[in-house]
Amino acid sequence: MKNDIIIEIKNVNKSYDTKPVVKNLSLNIKRGEFVTLLGPSGCGKTTTLRMIAGFEQPTSGTIYFNGVDITQLPPHKRNVNTVFQKYALFPHLTVFGNIAFGLKLKLVEDGEPTLNKKGQLVQKMRKLTKKEIVDKVNHALKMVDLEDYGHRSVNSLSGGQQQRVAIARALVNEPEVLLLDEPLGALDLKMRKDMQLELMSMHKKLGITFVYVTHDQEEALTMSDKIIVMKDGVVQQIGTPTKIYDEPANAFVADFIGESNILSGTMIKDFCVDISGHRFECVDKGFKHNEPIDVIIRPEDIRIVEPTADNCLVVAEVLSCVFKGDHYQVTALTFGDERNEIIIHDNVEVKVGDKIGLYIKPFDFHIMHKARLINTLEGEIYEEGVVEMCEGRFNCTSTLPEGTKVSIKVDFDDVELTDDEEDGTIGATVISSIYKGSYWQCIVRTDTYYDFFVDTDYEWLIGDRVGINIAPDKIILEAIPEPTEEVAND
Amino acid sequence: MTKKFKFKFNRRAFAYPYMIFMLLFIVTPLVIVLINAFLADDGSFTLKNFGEFFSNSGGGMTVLGNSLVIGLVTTLICLVIGYPVAYFLAKYHASNKILVLLFILPMWVNFLIRTLSTKAIFMALDVNLGMGTVLFGMVYNYLPYMILPLHTTLVSIDHSYIEAAEDLGADKFTVMTKTIFPLSLSGVASGITMTFIPAISTFAISEILSSSKIYLFGDAINMHFSKTTNSFGVGSVMSLVMLVLVVITNGIANLTSKDEEVKSVL
Repeated sequence: MKNDIIIEIKNVNKSYDTKPVVKNLSLNIKRGEFVTLLGPSGCGKTTTLRMIAGFEQPTSGTIYFNGVDITQLPPHKRNVNTVFQKYALFPHLTVFGNIAFGLKLKLVEDGEPTLNKKGQLVQKMRKLTKKEIVDKVNHALKMVDLEDYGHRSVNSLSGGQQQRVAIARALVNEPEVLLLDEPLGALDLKMRKDMQLELMSMHKKLGITFVYVTHDQEEALTMSDKIIVMKDGVVQQIGTPTKIYDEPANAFVADFIGESNILSGTMIKDFCVDISGHRFECVDKGFKHNEPIDVIIRPEDIRIVEPTADNCLVVAEVLSCVFKGDHYQVTALTFGDERNEIIIHDNVEVKVGDKIGLYIKPFDFHIMHKARLINTLEGEIYEEGVVEMCEGRFNCTSTLPEGTKVSIKVDFDDVELTDDEEDGTIGATVISSIYKGSYWQCIVRTDTYYDFFVDTDYEWLIGDRVGINIAPDKIILEAIPEPTEEVAND
Repeated sequence: MTKKFKFKFNRRAFAYPYMIFMLLFIVTPLVIVLINAFLADDGSFTLKNFGEFFSNSGGGMTVLGNSLVIGLVTTLICLVIGYPVAYFLAKYHASNKILVLLFILPMWVNFLIRTLSTKAIFMALDVNLGMGTVLFGMVYNYLPYMILPLHTTLVSIDHSYIEAAEDLGADKFTVMTKTIFPLSLSGVASGITMTFIPAISTFAISEILSSSKIYLFGDAINMHFSKTTNSFGVGSVMSLVMLVLVVITNGIANLTSKDEEVKSVL
């Protein structure tokens, strides 16, 4: 059903100056849904929300509301209301004045539409009466449990109360869609939990569409009907909380949502995966033979068994065991040629140094394609033995002549990161850092916006500046054939 | 038992130089003015000076009335011209600091020089010097004092308030009247204080730009103290009246805005 969809975003791009923030975003939001845009800061989720609200215009693409193009419509003409991150309550108005602000500007239909002289249907509009406004505001105040606070100044309220006023101010206008921009970010943990439940019950009661922006995966999993995971302005996965949690689309989603063990492996054949020399049965198929893949295993899907038990798949040594209230968090190192660190959530207590067996159901190996197998980029030979890429000059072993355009391949292992940006040939910013059992896979972004995938032994902090070095013999170069010029035109 | 006075050198000591200065050059003169107001020519206590001023025998009350009217008109014109200017300066603040500088620049030139140049221009253009030219000179001189506090307040208004208003259905005009203007009231109040008080107490501007046809309160006070005839008494009374007006204006400004910033002006 097409009219089930209230908001449709189609091929939307947004850039500030030349920096892209949202890249080719397309998504549908169904009427009455609680949709969460989830992602780390700077992933474009707030920008997306602001484009729905009308505060930002997309650089390209279209936004439909009830099937009508609203891309260029100013915010005050859109039937959506926003709860702002820092509430943005008007300090010159009382609580009542804040909530009544929208109502005083609202026009409602006055009586039945009548025919004018030309025979067209005309709908008279009128402003709300004072009594109607008072009634509506009081009703909204009651809904957020602030009945006696109407006369108070907004600055005299606590953070939680201000939050409620902000929600009441938005909901009192009876919007078709309520937009919430990290509304609980400024509250303490307990208050946040309470407000989560309250927002959920409001959503159920009112039946309107909620679009919620957060970076808190737990909040998203608790509240949403549908989660849209974003990273770098690109949608990574859209799905129900269960789907996102159980079947993350890629290593980023798996790492961002909940705790997980992310390991590199090889798909030997259908239903059989190899991780560091151990073979496991799984339920995935359709991969190429011996295709390198990422395997994701949730800590709570691993069971601790006796090392001698029949169902023991792999033996590991306990590194630590921490009580977490409802489970023990066990860190263990697997035995084998290549040892992987695994996090396990189980309710048995084990001692450090113990040998334990691990059992994982075939269903719980989540297998996904690797985002990239090798770093590939383009550059140019600066002079013999030196190649220029990402505005830096690297020594290489190639003997290609100066000026040759080349394609460059560098293995993840062969990119060296330096703590001090000055020590590297070029500088870069760490944008992602994911632990893969025995090493960290980082993504570092150069100043020319190329993302290097790097496998390192250390964790690099996201946002840090680092230097990049590559050993000359590790740069794999290949000349790009010059396109043959067409001479015969004149 | 004798109490020992010991000079302790602590942080408070840094304030002493100015406190002494204040005592000598602000408090003492005020006291002298106060005493003068009650002194007759022969040095005896009298209320005659007050009588002379308030009975308008020397035209003092008329001048005061004129000054208040001109001060009000000046302030109003400054507000009407200054608000939009301050608004646009604030809106394009980030990209255009030079523009802000251009509006403050006249303040760097001595006001006498500015006023004399204005007079020269009017004379060259054959404009009759009178009320119009005086008002022009006043607005020209005090406009920056209106724009600056307005600009400061407008720049500091969080953009999310504007977005919240738009979100709640306000078009551009309503955003202006229902959100931006009320939020900038503290700036309006301090702009008015900073324009109105100097405008009613100014001297020279009206004298120069009206060829001494129009006398304002400041000129009148100036005259009483510089005349060969000794009328320090009446001059002092007028100074006191001026002081009361300043206090009243500040009081009103503080009432209209609960903002800290304005209170600090007093």
